Amino acid sequence: MKIDKESIMQSTTGTDLETQIAFRNFNFYYGKYKALRNINLDIYKRRVTAFIGPSGCGKSTLLRTINRMYELYPDQHSEGELLLDGVDILGKGTDLNALRARIGMVFQKPTPFPMSIYDNIAFGVKLHERLSRVDMDDRVEWSLRKAALWNEVADKLNQSGMSLSGGQQQRLCIARGIAVKPQVLLLDEPTSALDPISTMRIEELVSELKDEFTIVIVTHNMQQAARVSDFTAYMYLGELVEVGRTDDVFIKPTDKRTEDYITGRFG
Amino acid sequence: MATMTEHVSKRFDSELESLRSRVMQMGGLVETQITRAIEAFVAGDMDRMEQVIGDDDQVNSLEVSIDDDCAHIIARRQPTAGDLRMVMAVSKIVTDLERIGDEAAKIARMAREIYKRDRLQMPRLTEIRTVGDIGVNMLRDVLDAFVRLDVTNATRIIREDMAVDDHFRGILRQLITYMMEDPRTISTALDIIFIAKAIERIGDHAKNIAEDVIYIVKGTDVRHIAIEQVERHALSGDA
Repeated sequence: MKIDKESIMQSTTGTDLETQIAFRNFNFYYGKYKALRNINLDIYKRRVTAFIGPSGCGKSTLLRTINRMYELYPDQHSEGELLLDGVDILGKGTDLNALRARIGMVFQKPTPFPMSIYDNIAFGVKLHERLSRVDMDDRVEWSLRKAALWNEVADKLNQSGMSLSGGQQQRLCIARGIAVKPQVLLLDEPTSALDPISTMRIEELVSELKDEFTIVIVTHNMQQAARVSDFTAYMYLGELVEVGRTDDVFIKPTDKRTEDYITGRFG
Repeated sequence: MATMTEHVSKRFDSELESLRSRVMQMGGLVETQITRAIEAFVAGDMDRMEQVIGDDDQVNSLEVSIDDDCAHIIARRQPTAGDLRMVMAVSKIVTDLERIGDEAAKIARMAREIYKRDRLQMPRLTEIRTVGDIGVNMLRDVLDAFVRLDVTNATRIIREDMAVDDHFRGILRQLITYMMEDPRTISTALDIIFIAKAIERIGDHAKNIAEDVIYIVKGTDVRHIAIEQVERHALSGDA
């Protein structure tokens, strides 16, 4: 058996890497506490980037800065630049609703709305676009197909989203996230509440979605990062310790702290 | 690498430690096998030759068993980085050690042939003993480099393999001379050539193991590249 390294190699060694999101000298504070220190990081278009690190290292915080979700926390502020397609999104002029339509997010626990499967998808779309009934039907189907859920729910679109299993609910949330056709999809530990088979389905889905979306995933599961990502960033105590191609990071990390963490010598 | 802290999982630590020590155990056995085979050839000790041939089974079963340990560690621990390189390298190292074991058995079998055949007096081949000692020392040194993760010595061993190759060519020239002078020596001389070749192969396997040591420590695959490049990779300051 030959491992299909070719496609990985092509997608990560080619010259076609295009930066979608760039952190430049980025600092982030909760009150006086400096949660992120001088982050410089490029996230590439249509690639999967994984953030790994021990609890409290700032990886979720970093993820949440990308769609400015952090603004929900009191007393926070940031410094430096955070560029989406070359434009700084930290400024006051940024339209947060428009930003979050471009950057979708899926959380650790599935969060379907208490409404039908159909409406779970249509709800977000209606906020941003006016579609005819037919177009909306198409969009719902497209999203559910993309999220590998269509075959399981096609005949029960009017049932409540809450009636689905945990893994199905999470794929419903992913379908909802991509329904507004964002450029970036943020996944915050998307499988930590799921069983192994549902986890594999989500991972498979991530590999398929990266053809169209830039994906950033935070995960506690290092092997998951190794399986699904093209690039891995290791964070520790609010600092970005190492970022590189996933193959390099897992076979030959350059920083001893990364080596200690991924080999399980941490603590 | 050499200054690694412990794993959170103590059991993982002890599994890796036991893997390393079993490689050393196998290495020790293989070293004994070659030493005995060469001694038996030089002294014409038939009992010892039989013993070497018989003990090859132990080497073979250690290879299978250590490889099995590697598979278990990969399945249960999903090793990464330095641990991954260690397990990958061990799996290759035991293959080379097993081949060295085969060469020892081959030397013993050839020696048995030579002494069974006839009383034809061949000159004492001190050269075989000399090159045999070099081979044994290379093996001992490379096992030492493995256990200490010593890149400097591993690199030196790769260079030393060239000396063994030179010796082999020297022995070959010497034996060709004998064969031309007296065709009756041909079959025995050919067997001695096989012995010399077996020792030369031991050097090659020791060199492979040295390359694995560099891979473990540096993460760089230095197979099939020029010695100068190997030295540049291995002795550079990074990692």
